[in-house]
Amino acid sequence: MTTALSVRDMTVVYDGFAALDRVSVDVSHGESFGIVGESGSGKSTLLRAVTGLTRFQEGSLTVDGRSYDGRKRDAGFYRTVQMVFQDPYGSLHPRQTVDRLLLEPLVIHGFDEVDRRIARALDEVGLGSGFRFRYSHQLSGGQRQRVAIARALIVEPKILLLDEPTSALDASIQAEILNLLEQARRDRHLTFVMVSHDLGVISHMCERVAVMKGGEVVETVPVEALERREFSQDYTRRLLTASEGFRRD
Amino acid sequence: MTPLLSVKNLQVSFPTRAGLVKAVRGVSFELGRERLGIVGESGSGKSQTGRAIMGLTAPQAVISADRLTFADEDLLRLSLKERRRLRGRRMAMVLQDPKYSLNPVMTIGRQIVETLQTHEDIGRSDAKARGLAMLEAVQINDPERVFTLYPHEVSGGMGQRAMIAMMLICGPELLIADEPTSALDVTVQIDVLGILDKLVAERGMGLIFISHDLRLVSTFCDRVLVMYAGRVVEELSSANLHAAKHPYTQGLLNCLPQIGERRHPLPVLERKPEWAL
Repeated sequence: MTTALSVRDMTVVYDGFAALDRVSVDVSHGESFGIVGESGSGKSTLLRAVTGLTRFQEGSLTVDGRSYDGRKRDAGFYRTVQMVFQDPYGSLHPRQTVDRLLLEPLVIHGFDEVDRRIARALDEVGLGSGFRFRYSHQLSGGQRQRVAIARALIVEPKILLLDEPTSALDASIQAEILNLLEQARRDRHLTFVMVSHDLGVISHMCERVAVMKGGEVVETVPVEALERREFSQDYTRRLLTASEGFRRD
Repeated sequence: MTPLLSVKNLQVSFPTRAGLVKAVRGVSFELGRERLGIVGESGSGKSQTGRAIMGLTAPQAVISADRLTFADEDLLRLSLKERRRLRGRRMAMVLQDPKYSLNPVMTIGRQIVETLQTHEDIGRSDAKARGLAMLEAVQINDPERVFTLYPHEVSGGMGQRAMIAMMLICGPELLIADEPTSALDVTVQIDVLGILDKLVAERGMGLIFISHDLRLVSTFCDRVLVMYAGRVVEELSSANLHAAKHPYTQGLLNCLPQIGERRHPLPVLERKPEWAL
């Protein structure tokens, strides 16, 4: 398999604090790759550094065969890579209708047949055209996240970066969004990089998982190894125990 | 023995332009010194049930009940002032996100002392000593330092511990925890739940734990009420979770992805209008 996304020794420093410390990750085309860790482990910083939202000082980034530097990303990059953020309340423009939100990426990337594309994108995420002229405050959290997914998919990317896409949602809505993402991945042969603190979600969605702590990747294992408890780090075990719920000792 | 809390046919409605929205429609339960979970999705009325007990419902809401008693107090007949006297001293509430529920311009120490001085006639140095002891009880290693910090200077887990300290300092008999760990990381979640569990057991409090996560609630509580569209659709003991009869409860249980399970796609929750009847 060819590599869709390759991160080598990436380092991000904020005021002398290394948020990412020589992180290397390789994701193949069509793979679904998970990243777990606690707050402050650097998992979101990694996604932000890949998309250019945060500058990286050292290391290299290759996406779909092209190299990118610490800062600049061209339009072609965003045709290939799109991102869905954690908080559907904060990631949609409050004064734009759903139609306007979906139109913007189409205009930026010079797509034609915008009308048909917007209608199809809404259909694909299960919202239908009735939602097209609503504002985001008129939608529930799950519906907003569907709009955010539609916005990411509308430019037909190859790689989707997902930063805790369901952690702001109810457990029941989470199942619907996860199913939607899996369906989109199958239909469009997408590559996923998914960040979460919930190992249950990661093991459901991903084939391989990197465990991050303190800005470093402490280990990368296939999900089956996780299920068989075949991993070397104590920290991974702690995350695994925690995801199984509360226990009274 | 009279129960700590007795709720019978509680109704909470909100007048809106489109008519009366009934958020809670006839909830009844009794609570002793035990851990009760209330589970449901957003909009099921679980938080409004907790707020009505606390007396924190928005003023325009209409509340009615056949009975709403807390220990020897009839909550329906108390004045606002009398409700305020109960709140913080005999019943307390922990909210979801310490980022929003703590006062951002007051140090954690001052907020804890404020709670104490509101309800007890206590000197400043005594109040501070009690505050520090309480921070230690919620397993904050360095209480002297955390006492002087502002909420934005601490992590989510630390903030939630401070919140628990603040709520428990007057030794309430009833604690309502509304999604107390949903904003926290999984590992921190377990730590905070452990602290809560220990304190509730030691102090013999009654606890109402409100959450959308049925699995988490069932590992923590003795008994669970499942709410749908403002009603309790099923009551279960946590040990018999797998004997859940109502399809809604079964749906809540099944929709969570589990490590070592292969279910693609995940079963999603059915929501039938007849369950709301």
